[in-house]
Amino acid sequence: MSQAEAAVAGAGRATSPLWTFGILRSELTTMLRRWRTLALLGVLAAVPVLIGIAVRIETGDGSSPGPGGGGGGPAFLSQVTNNGLFLVFAALAVTLPVFLPMAVGVVAGDSVAGEANAGTLRYLLVAPAGRTRLLLTKYASVLLFCLVATLVVALSALVVGLLLFPAGEVTTISGTRIGFGEGLLRAGLIAVVVAASLTGFAAIGLFVSTLTGSGIAAMAATVGLLITVQIVDGIPQLSAMHPYLFPHYWMSYADLLRAPVYWDEVVKNLGLQGLYAAVFGSAAWARFTTKDITD
Amino acid sequence: MTESGTVTGPRAVTEPEPGAVIETRGLTKRYRGGQLAVDGLDLSVPGGSIFGFLGPNGSGKTTTIRMLMGLIDPTSGTARLLGHPVPAAARTVLPQVGALIEGPALYGFLSGRDNLLRYDSADPTADPRTRRARVGQALDRVGLAAAAGKKARAYSLGMKQRLGLAAALLQPRRLLVLDEPTNGLDPQGMREIRTLVRELAADGTTVFLSSHLLDEIEQVCTHAAVMAGGRLIVQGPVAELAAGARGRLAVTTPDPGDAARVLKELGVTGITADGDRVSAEAPPGDVELADLSAALVHAGVRLRSFGVERASLEDAFVALTGEGFDVAG
Ligand SMILES: Nc1ncnc2c1ncn2[C@@H]1O[C@H](COP(=O)(O)OP(=O)(O)OP(=O)(O)O)[C@@H](O)[C@H]1O
Ligand SMILES: [Mg+2]
Repeated sequence: MSQAEAAVAGAGRATSPLWTFGILRSELTTMLRRWRTLALLGVLAAVPVLIGIAVRIETGDGSSPGPGGGGGGPAFLSQVTNNGLFLVFAALAVTLPVFLPMAVGVVAGDSVAGEANAGTLRYLLVAPAGRTRLLLTKYASVLLFCLVATLVVALSALVVGLLLFPAGEVTTISGTRIGFGEGLLRAGLIAVVVAASLTGFAAIGLFVSTLTGSGIAAMAATVGLLITVQIVDGIPQLSAMHPYLFPHYWMSYADLLRAPVYWDEVVKNLGLQGLYAAVFGSAAWARFTTKDITD
Repeated sequence: MTESGTVTGPRAVTEPEPGAVIETRGLTKRYRGGQLAVDGLDLSVPGGSIFGFLGPNGSGKTTTIRMLMGLIDPTSGTARLLGHPVPAAARTVLPQVGALIEGPALYGFLSGRDNLLRYDSADPTADPRTRRARVGQALDRVGLAAAAGKKARAYSLGMKQRLGLAAALLQPRRLLVLDEPTNGLDPQGMREIRTLVRELAADGTTVFLSSHLLDEIEQVCTHAAVMAGGRLIVQGPVAELAAGARGRLAVTTPDPGDAARVLKELGVTGITADGDRVSAEAPPGDVELADLSAALVHAGVRLRSFGVERASLEDAFVALTGEGFDVAG
């Protein structure tokens, strides 16, 4: 920044392709400095702490927790006492159905509508940010939030798990054992897959965000939609629809803990997320690039 | 104002823009919901001018500015900014345009400086190496340097307005579009903005300034356009507009009845009497004022004062619209 003063007066107007990333950096720092973002991440970080403490208290006498342990998917919870690493899997299982997507829904729903609401959108557009460029930036920052949110849960769980419980070899769902290092790698992979599971819903949130000028309305609509789809996904009579619902394969990440890894549903999940991202991303683009910005 | 013709060679900063900087043809906007906000606007803003865009609340000023800045699509008609069509070429031309639209909008949780850094990084033509320096200069220019580190949430209305102006001044601009820039400012702040506008214009920047305050336009603008109900009523140099409305003949006298009668006999129209004050439309140019006063004195009307009051832009407005400066529909 030292030679900054030099070229102020006669600054040329050529666009360097790299400067265009300035807006992405600005978007990310702005998002992460919002009080709301920090609060959401704080709640997500607290969930593994609560689970860890609850398991610890329940099993204070040394016995393993009841068989009904794992709320979602396989019974990760019952393994936590044997291996702290399992708190990562358990915490992701607990937060993936509701907490994680809700946080993503809030951030994605607010991404465009919140700026419209505050009036800052019109100044970004006359800067000129460019509508497509701004929308891509918004989606990129929401995707990064998906990753950050998932990592916050995973890392918080890892720290709490290792503090409260023993660590060691990991017993896979198939019953074989893998080393702790390899288990840690699998945990990292799982966190990335869980984050990727949220990308379709993030695109829906972005689309909803382009529909209204009210940040609150967009957040409420996005989260409402999540809950509705989750309910539909739970009604057996509607099973014909299930393979097309974005949360349907979310829990497939557990397959990454099998030996050998079972990829079928993970791939289906990622494909479905890509489809949702393409459809709702295009819809958001079509809407945002033709919209009258009057707020 | 002298208009320069075609300019050849590299354009110096101080030379006025050749031709029209803003040019619209039949620009029309009907909002969804049916409101016809701007109706067949043919606007021409000469380069180097300080152009006042005048009109009562709801007359379509902000709507016009939104169309010029590519925020909304016109229903019909075309607009050109610095020679480029908008909204088609908005991304090419907008880096050279600074704008304040419908008041400032800020990120309350960011400091004033960080707000400007964010807006500057949204502009793909803005050099990040000079960003901090340019932000600092813009803050200085609007007198906010001391409050730059304060959260924008804690800014007063006038401070927010200044920060909005600073955002429009992050780069050297060829055109500034300011929608009611003195809103919320104290008299001192208003004076500062007027001075700033004059300075910028002296540097060769064309300033397009909307307002519903007539005297503000009259004090600072070289040109003006008047809107009412979405239509353009008139546009041109301020001096001509004011001259277009004839002044008023004003007579103060202890004998108002006699004065009114005599003036009427002399063919003066639009006579009204209020207490000891008689006023009338100024007579046409070929009538010698001295003859009128002599006739009054000759008829035994005692005069305290006699003269023609210069027409203001407000008179021009009333003369043009036939009504006061109120919100229509
Ligand atoms: N987003 C909108 N949707 C529908 N109608 C609108 C919208 N914005 C403005 N209008 C209408 O368009 C007309 C012109 O409004 P505009 O904001 O352009 O006026 P203005 O001249 O800027 O007024 P003011 O001096 O109050 O700022 C008004 O009748 C207004 O009600
Ligand atoms: Mg307005």
